[in-house]
Amino acid sequence: MTDIRVQIVMSGTSATEYICKCTSACAGCSSSLILRHVLKAAGPDTVLVVPACCTSVLQGVWPNTAFNIPVYNVAFAAAAAVASGMAAAFESMGKNTNVIAYAGDGGTVDIGIQALSGALERETNFLYICYDNEAYGNTGMQRSGSTPIGARTTTTPGGKVHKKKDLDRIIAAHNLPYMATACSAYPQDLAKKVQKALSIKGPKFMHILAPCPPGWRYDASKTIEVGKMAVKTGLWAMYEREYDLLTISGPTKAAMIKPAPLEDYFKMQGRFSGLKEEQVKTVRGEMERNLRMLKAEAEGC
Amino acid sequence: MLTISTGNNAVAAAVRQAIPAVVAAYPITPQTEIVEQIANYVTNGSLKSKYIPVESEHSAMAACIGASITGIRTFTATSSHGLLYMHEMVNWAAGARLPIVMANVNRALGPGWNVWAEHTDSLQARDTGWLQVYVATVQEAYDATIMAFRIAEDRRVYLPVMINLDGFSLSHITQQLEESEIGDFIPPLMLDHAIDTKAPAGYGCMTPSTDYFRIRYDIERSMRDSVAVIRETEDAFATKFGRKYSWTENYRCEDAEVLVLSMGTLGKEAEVAVDILRDEGVKAGAMRVRWIRPFPELDLGDRELVVIDRNYSFGFGGILASSIRAKTGRQCYNVIAGIGGQEVTYNDIAGFIRNRRIGEETWFGVDA
Repeated sequence: MTDIRVQIVMSGTSATEYICKCTSACAGCSSSLILRHVLKAAGPDTVLVVPACCTSVLQGVWPNTAFNIPVYNVAFAAAAAVASGMAAAFESMGKNTNVIAYAGDGGTVDIGIQALSGALERETNFLYICYDNEAYGNTGMQRSGSTPIGARTTTTPGGKVHKKKDLDRIIAAHNLPYMATACSAYPQDLAKKVQKALSIKGPKFMHILAPCPPGWRYDASKTIEVGKMAVKTGLWAMYEREYDLLTISGPTKAAMIKPAPLEDYFKMQGRFSGLKEEQVKTVRGEMERNLRMLKAEAEGC
Repeated sequence: MLTISTGNNAVAAAVRQAIPAVVAAYPITPQTEIVEQIANYVTNGSLKSKYIPVESEHSAMAACIGASITGIRTFTATSSHGLLYMHEMVNWAAGARLPIVMANVNRALGPGWNVWAEHTDSLQARDTGWLQVYVATVQEAYDATIMAFRIAEDRRVYLPVMINLDGFSLSHITQQLEESEIGDFIPPLMLDHAIDTKAPAGYGCMTPSTDYFRIRYDIERSMRDSVAVIRETEDAFATKFGRKYSWTENYRCEDAEVLVLSMGTLGKEAEVAVDILRDEGVKAGAMRVRWIRPFPELDLGDRELVVIDRNYSFGFGGILASSIRAKTGRQCYNVIAGIGGQEVTYNDIAGFIRNRRIGEETWFGVDA
């Protein structure tokens, strides 16, 4: 009997899967979706460095692992520094193995930012990916520096009172050969950016929005829709920057021309249920400021 | 080659012989000279290492961990607050079974700021799974550093090794140094669990309570196995280079009726104190404890014991004295001396021995 199953492979990426089925990820988890595409884009000669985050859990329990590339789990603050050592070691052996640090927002914008800044400044030959679910997801959704204002978390039960940290401008200040933002809802764009990053020698950085159904309080089936809405409103801006050459990605260009209503994005998620009018104003102000700065930069103003 | 050197430069010279592929380090007084000298070697091409000038000690140990797991030789150096700042990764290095070698220049902890010798920094790391040796001369700093690589990288050990030298009273003093071409004394590193993208594995993943303790026990098993490896290494070193080391350095101990035990440079002062007491007709001997992990079997006999601790565990006592009591059941006279670089002369040590009150503890300069 002929096998009529068809394997659908996204154009430009590998048919090989590097994450086995049935991980312990939550239903609708976009961080594992992101990693799936990252690894397909990177290929088998890759080592993943993972600090404490959801990804340290979804590998499974010793002696098993759900990943079929080497994964080096490390302490929370240490991902970028461990990756520095690994990159130097591979260089000393003449190996071109990809070193990818894959860390959550807590491990990046909060506890890991010193090590990350150091590794970027030292021009470490690696790719650092921050998958951003805007809270400490692994420990049950506590506030991080990346949590947006107004969002309810377990440590901000009345909604966060501080703004989301502008990680990307901190990273951009290091003037990298390559940095990019992406979103789990746009896998082709994401995969292309990973491939481009890995083709460049030196420090590379990607910041990828990772909607989280239990944390953001929406139905698991809506993960792609929520991610798309974040981009369509203009709240999550996607672009690439090679040193000071900025290229705004297609979906964000469209959002700059005709943005979806910001309220539609908030309405999709339970975490914003107590959002106050002035907080919406703050978010809108921050978003408009970000898009204005990106537009000015892209136009060379 | 016979030369003169500081303790710090002796460590750097030994590292140049061992040729680690990666050195990641962060400067701190009084260790700074070690990393400066290594940076000089790398810059002038006399040491073919990658030198990673990290932004913190936490990252220094993290970078060594990342480098070491690829199967290459690594080295770092720190002191005091630097060691405390990297403490999380110090534990990680041992748990990950990585043969990292680190020199720690012993220094007191703040506040107040004090850059002088004390052993409380490294002794706080005694439960991490690192092997720890304490040295007392420039030559010993050099020799112990070379041996540390061979011991750490032995398949029976695969644990990191820390060489401890007293801040300023050894790091910055100048003595004669015989630099040896080590040849094949340190065999090439073969790390069985090195990362290999052709044989992917998960490292340090979630480990359930049904298995975790087995992995921890394995650290202890290797710590016990390291006893034979240390002995073999020190014997091989003596055969090749003519300089003999052991668990302790014993001075006039054979017929001694009272022993003064200590660690680091105070052990050398104690030898002079013993000579003074011998001239007075007191049968004293000095025993300098070199290895604190694994803790050695001490040949104490039934002699009276005076233990000098240049460290303290608040609410309990001097750490060397406590360890000796716990291991041997023997009482001692515990003198807490040399804290934060407090001057302790051989005459002071002779006084400790003369005025010993077995079973008691004294803080030198406080109670007296």
